[in-house]
Amino acid sequence: MTYTVIELDTSASAAQATYGPEAKPRMGFFTDTSICIGCKACEVACKEWNQVPEDVLGFTGESYDNSGALGADRWRHVAFIEQQPVQDSDSFRWLMSSDVCKHCTEAACLDVCPTGALFRTEFGTVVVQEDVCNGCGYCVPACPFGVIERRQEDGRAWKCTLCYDRLKDDRQPACAQACPTQSIQFGEHEELRQRARDRVEVLRAQGLLDARLYGEDPGDGVGGFGAFFLLLDEPEVYGLPPDPQDTTRDVGGMWRSAALAGAAVAGAVAVSFIGGRR
Amino acid sequence: MSFLQTTRSASRGGGAPGAASPTSGPGVPPDGNSYYGHSIIKEPTWTWEIPVYFVTGGVSGISSGLSFAARLSGNETLARRAQLAAFATIAISPPLLISDLGRPERFYNMFRVLKLSSPMSVGSWVLAATGGATTLATLGTFTGRLPRLSLVGSAAAAVLGLPLSTYTAVLIANTSVPVWHEARHQLPFVFGASSSAGAGALSTLLAPHAVSGPARRLAIIGTALEVVSTVAMERHLGELAEPLRKGNAGRVFWAAKLLAGAGVVTIATVGRRSPAAARLGAVLVLGSSMATRWSVFRAGFESARDPKYTVEPQRRRREASAASK
Repeated sequence: MTYTVIELDTSASAAQATYGPEAKPRMGFFTDTSICIGCKACEVACKEWNQVPEDVLGFTGESYDNSGALGADRWRHVAFIEQQPVQDSDSFRWLMSSDVCKHCTEAACLDVCPTGALFRTEFGTVVVQEDVCNGCGYCVPACPFGVIERRQEDGRAWKCTLCYDRLKDDRQPACAQACPTQSIQFGEHEELRQRARDRVEVLRAQGLLDARLYGEDPGDGVGGFGAFFLLLDEPEVYGLPPDPQDTTRDVGGMWRSAALAGAAVAGAVAVSFIGGRR
Repeated sequence: MSFLQTTRSASRGGGAPGAASPTSGPGVPPDGNSYYGHSIIKEPTWTWEIPVYFVTGGVSGISSGLSFAARLSGNETLARRAQLAAFATIAISPPLLISDLGRPERFYNMFRVLKLSSPMSVGSWVLAATGGATTLATLGTFTGRLPRLSLVGSAAAAVLGLPLSTYTAVLIANTSVPVWHEARHQLPFVFGASSSAGAGALSTLLAPHAVSGPARRLAIIGTALEVVSTVAMERHLGELAEPLRKGNAGRVFWAAKLLAGAGVVTIATVGRRSPAAARLGAVLVLGSSMATRWSVFRAGFESARDPKYTVEPQRRRREASAASK
């Protein structure tokens, strides 16, 4: 609490490097939605382990989804989408996907956090320090995925920690351990990426031509996700943004515009004094 | 693809079997454009204190500039009144911001780090520094003591007032809220201009008419700049300007322009001779300044709530980058 730092580069690799010998390999999730069966064991295990408050919405009318979306009190959320993949036929398919915090390589929430409550762990994950967060709420609209949220009765921001406490104890996150189909795979980020690329090839060879990876590419707008997905349709179908961006990437340009605006305003004040007092 | 189009005519990912054309809002079947109409990003948690602070912080910053310039030009009366305006508006700013926190008792955590990537962190330090400088300048102005320190404080507040009046635009632009982020290069001009209009108007109210000429002209120039940059913002936003034109935000946005026009005309015509008319015009300009901030603030919430504002531009961006590869 007593130190002051100026943080410049908050991306996963740069921040992890500051841990020196204590840095660990970057850990993440590969959520393979093609084998999700919608059992919600991940939702339950996450709530149990992390003592996340209950927030049952009741009947939503949205297929088997009764928790709606990720938020302060939902750190895993299973989406259910009923589809007719071939139009004008009797075909039917059910997409199920367990959503989670993406632990972005360039994390918007972490970049904008003014207190340093959000930080990059030695595992390259993004975690809120609940004893520091003052509930300013900046991370909430910053997140391009709508993951992090302020808890009403508590005033602070909450989200998935990728089970930071379990990782420190060499255990896998509760959701991954509970998943009965290995749809949620936990492991070293680089290894998971390779596994995901192999898996998508297999699915395409089997004829699932719409299978695609979401968040595996470090060239995307957030430098790739620490927790990425294999999807069977467009991201927006699952309630995910098609091209998420860490807006802090162009905050320099915004400051330049602000500087120009400041100069214009200074000029306006100066010009106002032409013509004397009256 | 138009924003108004809520269904997609693609061959894949159609709605549930036999589903009627869905509209937006939770409970609707998936249509390939959203997940049951749920918003993708979260709406901000910020309440009314924040747009009010946009005005008080901005007006304070530019009032300090006005006061300092009045000092330099030898207009002591205007300098004192503008100094009072700067102090009053900056004094109420921290309570507004702190009361909006989820944990107000932890406000001081804003000062445990300085993060250049966070406009709120930078802004907190700028507000603290400007607050200190404004207090020094005000104490000196009204007690007559330590005149040199007071002048340094006045100069520092005048300089710091420029980022103070514009950083709030960068703050909201650096989010995933579609309207705010898309307007990121126009918003600093809108906010800076709106702040100068408000500062000019407030000193027009406080200072005797015989010496308030610079304040009246600042109200006029600031409002003109505000209207020009607002129109530029609307044009740049294109289809994303819809939340600024619809509903409550749209009505207030329209009222802001009306108030701006009426205020400027009143100050520039009858207000030149009549102190009462000048003050009426100043009230209208202050109302316009507040209405502009409020409508931009609310339009951001609207654009966060409806997934189409997030999905459509991103889909176009993705398709454009795929095409260029």
